[in-house]
Amino acid sequence: MADITWTSEIVPLASGPLHVARSGSGTPLLVLHHDIGTVERLPFYDALARTHTVLVPSHPGYDKSERPSWIRNVRDIAVIYQALIAEQSLADVTLVGLGFGGWIAAEMAAMAPRGFKKVVLVGAMGIKPERGDIADQALVSYIDYVRLGFADQQAYDRIFGAETPTATLEQWDLNREMTFRIAWKPYMYNPSLPHLLGGVRTPTLVVWGREDRVVPLECGERYVKALRNARLAVIDGAGHFVEMEKPEELARLIGGNECT
Amino acid sequence: MHLMYFTEQPMSAYDAQAGLDFGATALMFSNKHFDPIAGSRLYNEYLEHYRLAEDVGFDGIMLNEHHNAPFCMQAKCNVFASILAAMTKRVKIVLLGNPLPLADNPVRLAEELAMIDMISRGRLVSGFVRGGGQEQLATGVNPAYNRERFEEAHELITRAWTQTGPFRFEGTHYQHRVVNPWAMPLQKPHPRVWIPGVLSKETIIWAAQKGYPYIALSTEIEATKKIWELYDKAAAERGHSGGPEFRGYLQRCHVAETDEKAMANAKQFMWMQGEFTGLAHPVWSSPSGYFSPSYRKAFVEYAVGRRSNPRGAEFEDQIRNQQIIAGTPKTVIPKIRRLLEETRPSIMGFWASDGFVSAADTRNCIRLLGEEVLPAVREIGKELGLWSPFEANSPTSRAFPQPARPAGEV
Repeated sequence: MADITWTSEIVPLASGPLHVARSGSGTPLLVLHHDIGTVERLPFYDALARTHTVLVPSHPGYDKSERPSWIRNVRDIAVIYQALIAEQSLADVTLVGLGFGGWIAAEMAAMAPRGFKKVVLVGAMGIKPERGDIADQALVSYIDYVRLGFADQQAYDRIFGAETPTATLEQWDLNREMTFRIAWKPYMYNPSLPHLLGGVRTPTLVVWGREDRVVPLECGERYVKALRNARLAVIDGAGHFVEMEKPEELARLIGGNECT
Repeated sequence: MHLMYFTEQPMSAYDAQAGLDFGATALMFSNKHFDPIAGSRLYNEYLEHYRLAEDVGFDGIMLNEHHNAPFCMQAKCNVFASILAAMTKRVKIVLLGNPLPLADNPVRLAEELAMIDMISRGRLVSGFVRGGGQEQLATGVNPAYNRERFEEAHELITRAWTQTGPFRFEGTHYQHRVVNPWAMPLQKPHPRVWIPGVLSKETIIWAAQKGYPYIALSTEIEATKKIWELYDKAAAERGHSGGPEFRGYLQRCHVAETDEKAMANAKQFMWMQGEFTGLAHPVWSSPSGYFSPSYRKAFVEYAVGRRSNPRGAEFEDQIRNQQIIAGTPKTVIPKIRRLLEETRPSIMGFWASDGFVSAADTRNCIRLLGEEVLPAVREIGKELGLWSPFEANSPTSRAFPQPARPAGEV
C-alpha cells in the first residue's frame, strides 16, 4: 500500500474543531468509526482510498477530536457531520458507518433522505434488538470489550498487540467516557430511529459479521425492514469489527453495485 | 468531640464460597444468594445495636447506603434514618450520606430529609456523597455526569430548604417547574451538611470551599493529614480557616474483654476488603468518567490487572498503621489518642464490627466503647481542644454562616 498516503487536518467547524484523516481521489466517502475510536491506518481504509476520496474524521470527543462538553446525544454528532460535508463542499457522498458510527450514519440518512449516494451500515448500533441486547461495555474491561468484537482473537493481537499498550487503553477509556456521555440511556439505540428510517431514499447496504457478539444480527434485519431500499450482506468468519477482520471483502462490497 | 457509632450493616448471611467462586461480591453477584429471612433478622439486630449505642452514650449514629452488594445492607439510608428519628431521643442522625447523583428528583430527597429532621426534632446531619461507581451502574445513572449531578442536586436541595417557594429550577441535569415542598427542615438555616470521602481531591476542595466538614473514611494517618492540608489550603484560598470542627475521621475499632478476642473479631474487617470474599471488578467500581482524569493512566492499568489493588493492605499492616484498631479498652485508648493527636478531628466515627462478628460480640463492643472508651476519648478531645461543630457553634456553611438550630421548641 505504499502508493496510498494519508494527510490529517483539523477542520474548524462552528461546533468546534474536528480532526479528519484524508486519502485517495474520486467521489467522496466518509467513514464513521466505532465507539472505541480507530487506529490511524487500516488496510480497509487504504482499500477504499484506491477508488474514493476517503475522509475518516475522529468523532467529536473521540481520539484526536476535542470533546465539546455540550454534546448530549448521537444525533448531535450526525448534525456536526452534515456541517462537515457542507463546509467541505462534498457532493455525492458515500457514508460508511462502522458499529457505533453506523448509528451516526443512519441518523444522517434519516435527516437527509436523498442526501447521499450510498449508505453502508456495518454492524450498526442505533436500533433496539427485540431479542437479546447490545453488549454493555460498562460491565467489562477495555480489552475484554474490544476482544468481544473479534471472531478471530489473532486479528485483535495483530492490530492492538497481545499486550495492548497502556496508551491505547487510556484512549479507549476516554472514548468510553464520551460514549457514556452521549449514549448512556437508552444504551446504544434511539427508539425513534426505526420510525424515521422509512423516509430514507438513499440505497443502503447493511453488512453484518455472522459472529457479531456486540450487536445482534437481528438488528441488521431490523435495519433492512425499516429502510425501503436496503439489502443485508452477512459475512462469515467476522465479528463486530468486520473492517478489521475482513477488510478486502467489505471494501469489495462497498465498491460494488450491491445496494439494491 | 462528636462521637458516632457506625456499622456497614454487613449482609454476611450468604454463601461465602459462591462469592469467591464468582470472583466478585458487588453489582453482578447474583441476589439469589440473598436470604430475606436472615435479612429481616439482621435489620432488626442492627436497630437494636443503634438503640444500645444511644443508651451507652454515643453522640451520633452514622448511616450510609450501597447497592447490589452484601457488604452493606442499607439500600436507602433515609429508611433507617426515618426509623431512628422516631426510635431514638438524643443522638444525631448522621447520614454519610445520600448519594446525590443517583437521585432523579432531588426535591424528593429534600422532602424526605426535611421529614426526618422534623420527626427527629432537629437531629439530622445530612451528608451527601457521589456514590460509588457500581452504585451508578446499579441504578442506571450516567457515571460521566456524576460530579455535575452531585453539585447541581446539592444546589437544588439547599435551595429547596432555604428559599421560599414556589420557584422554578432550570439546571443542566435537573429541571423542576414548581419547587415548593410542604416539608421543610426544622433546623435553620438548614441541617448541617458533612461530606465524607476517601480519595477524590475534587470533593475535598469542594467541601472546603462550601465550608462543610469533611469526614475521612478509614484512611491512613498520613493520608488523612494530607487531606487536611488540602482542605485547609482550599479553605484559606476562600478566606476562611479549617481546623478540628471541619474534620471528621471514621476508623475501624473493635473492643472486647481480651485483646485476643478483639483481634480475632477485628479480622472480620477484612471481610469486605477481599480476603474472605471477592471484590468488585475495577470498571464497576470506577466506570469511565466517574473518576478524576488525573488517575486515568493508573486506573486503566489496574483495570486490566497491570497494577495491584491500591486498597489491598494486609491485616497486620492495617493494625500497624491503625486503619484497624482492636483490643481491650485499655489497649485501644492510647491508639485512639495517637489518631487524635496526629490528625486532630473533632468528629470521630467508630466502625465497630463487620462480617461475621456475632450480635452478642457487637453488643458487647458497643457497651465497652460507651462505658470505657468514649469517656476517655472525650477527655483527650478536651485536652487537645477538639471542639465539634456543635460545641464550637461553627457556621452551617459559607453560604449560611449561622449555626444550624431547631426553629423552636417542639
